[in-house]
Amino acid sequence: MTTTAPETVDRAALEAVFDAAVAADERIEPRDWMPDAYRTTLIRQIAQHAHSEIIGMQPEANWITRAPSLRRKAILMAKVQDEAGHGLYLYSAAETLGVGRDELLDKLHAGRQRYSSIFNYPTLTWADVGAIGWLVDGAAITNQVPLCRCSYGPYARAMIRVCKEESFHQRQGYELLLALSRGTEAQHAMAQDAVDRWWWPSLMMFGPPDGESPHSAQSMAWKIKRHSNDELRRRFVDICVPQAESLGLTLPDPDLRWNEETGHYDFGPIDWDEFNEVLRGNGPCNEQRLARRREAHEEGAWVREAAAAYAAKHAPAPGPGGGTPHPTPERGTAASGPTEHPEAMA
Amino acid sequence: MTPATTPTTRASAGPVPVPAALALGDDALVLAHRLGEWAGSAPVLEEEVALANIALDLLGQARTLLSLVGDEDELAYLREERAFRNVQLVERPNGDFAHTIARQLYFSAYQYLLYARLAEGDGPFAPLAAKAVKEVAYHLDHAEHWTLRLGDGTPESHERMRRALDALWRYTDELFRPVEGLDGVDPAALREAWTDRVGGTLRQATLELPTGPASDAWTAGGGRQGVHTEPFGRMLAEMQHLHRSHPGASW
Ligand SMILES: [Fe+2]
Ligand SMILES: [Fe+2]
Repeated sequence: MTTTAPETVDRAALEAVFDAAVAADERIEPRDWMPDAYRTTLIRQIAQHAHSEIIGMQPEANWITRAPSLRRKAILMAKVQDEAGHGLYLYSAAETLGVGRDELLDKLHAGRQRYSSIFNYPTLTWADVGAIGWLVDGAAITNQVPLCRCSYGPYARAMIRVCKEESFHQRQGYELLLALSRGTEAQHAMAQDAVDRWWWPSLMMFGPPDGESPHSAQSMAWKIKRHSNDELRRRFVDICVPQAESLGLTLPDPDLRWNEETGHYDFGPIDWDEFNEVLRGNGPCNEQRLARRREAHEEGAWVREAAAAYAAKHAPAPGPGGGTPHPTPERGTAASGPTEHPEAMA
Repeated sequence: MTPATTPTTRASAGPVPVPAALALGDDALVLAHRLGEWAGSAPVLEEEVALANIALDLLGQARTLLSLVGDEDELAYLREERAFRNVQLVERPNGDFAHTIARQLYFSAYQYLLYARLAEGDGPFAPLAAKAVKEVAYHLDHAEHWTLRLGDGTPESHERMRRALDALWRYTDELFRPVEGLDGVDPAALREAWTDRVGGTLRQATLELPTGPASDAWTAGGGRQGVHTEPFGRMLAEMQHLHRSHPGASW
């Protein structure tokens, strides 16, 4: 005889197993039981991350056709291709939580899921490609390296692959800016202007201050997140200041100075009004980025339909599910795969 | 990507004929650029990766070929439109995805068969061709698979593919004009092999080889002589603008 319903007992036991696994730094895998809120939080975060990878292709693709040397053109093409690859890894990670890529893309296109606000800023000159690599990919690495130890296994493994490539992107961006900084006067000015425009938006990439970050505490408890927004932001500033000096460029913050006591750089106040406005849809490129994404998706509909129809016609034994929604990935030749960089072997 | 300075594992034989190096190099450069225009707009994420792969292979080939006969950036960024030696087919605008795939099918089949022949010989392009033919085999495979899917997919995709094949057909004759410096390749035999390969794919895709004229009445496929189509000038303007705006700068 028992006074407690069996489901309640089961649920309590399952939660205890989950909590113990998280506490012991074990990985949660797709077939393990997990609380609904944990699943929802992960889906939201991974989807936002995946969307950021594919929207993030746009500002840099803006310069592929104008890259000023063939070497730079190859590096940039490979970088934009990597971001598409990151999108693929991350949508696959989200799929392990029971939500398909098509569903997530529909939500993005309907404006119901977000992507990183940084991509709502325009790339106005060639130097912006360098500033994005150095600062935006740099901030992404600072955010993402701890995610390689995230409690959810598929996400952590995707992040390990992503981080390797992001660090290459960061180095390329730095090297591009260095060439400009040491180049002609006009090139140097172009580099400085780009850094002036991208510095503050990059600091905003770490999200609101700790006191105002709505989901942070629970994510830290679940070990999805390992460090607070402000901690990561400070780490990023500490890394960038000496790099800016080596680049021969200045950072647009008069309050930036070394603090002996804290062992970190102090920096000036961030314009959170701007951050909130961009988040609300009032950045310079919000409409353009989403419109372009929707347009590509809509214009590609007949292609995806054709691939599905062909697969259904030529499936050896058509199952109840019909054709596959996506054509087989056409990835990688022996000679050049998506993770190979033109410079890595040069 | 092969660095421009070390194109080969085998020593090449004989001096490099400039017109042929420019013809092959410009074909690869211009098509790489056109494919690069797809970045961020592909119909499905897997195609972002695939089209970029192909573009990167072609750009690598272009850099190797142009470096054989000069400075790759001077050749790419400082030549005028009339000095480019690519066939007109590769400069044609992307159009819809069917258009891009039709262009890929026509060109990759040509490039694959040409490089396979060059790789067998002992001419100056043999080492490059031996490496590139493996890349191009994948490009052709990609184009053929998509030709099947689009041709034998939905009525709409079939119709779009048919229209694209027709529209680009008039740029195919030029592929089989003799190129100075590629004397070991018999254009007639190349055309026959190409027609077999492309025709076979199209039949399997429930499509047909177009029957209209394979060249136009005036330029008669003059890309190899530096006569191009109007969109090519605008493509070069975009490609060269930044480089030309900072004379002598390094990047
Ligand atoms: Fe990425
Ligand atoms: Fe990146």
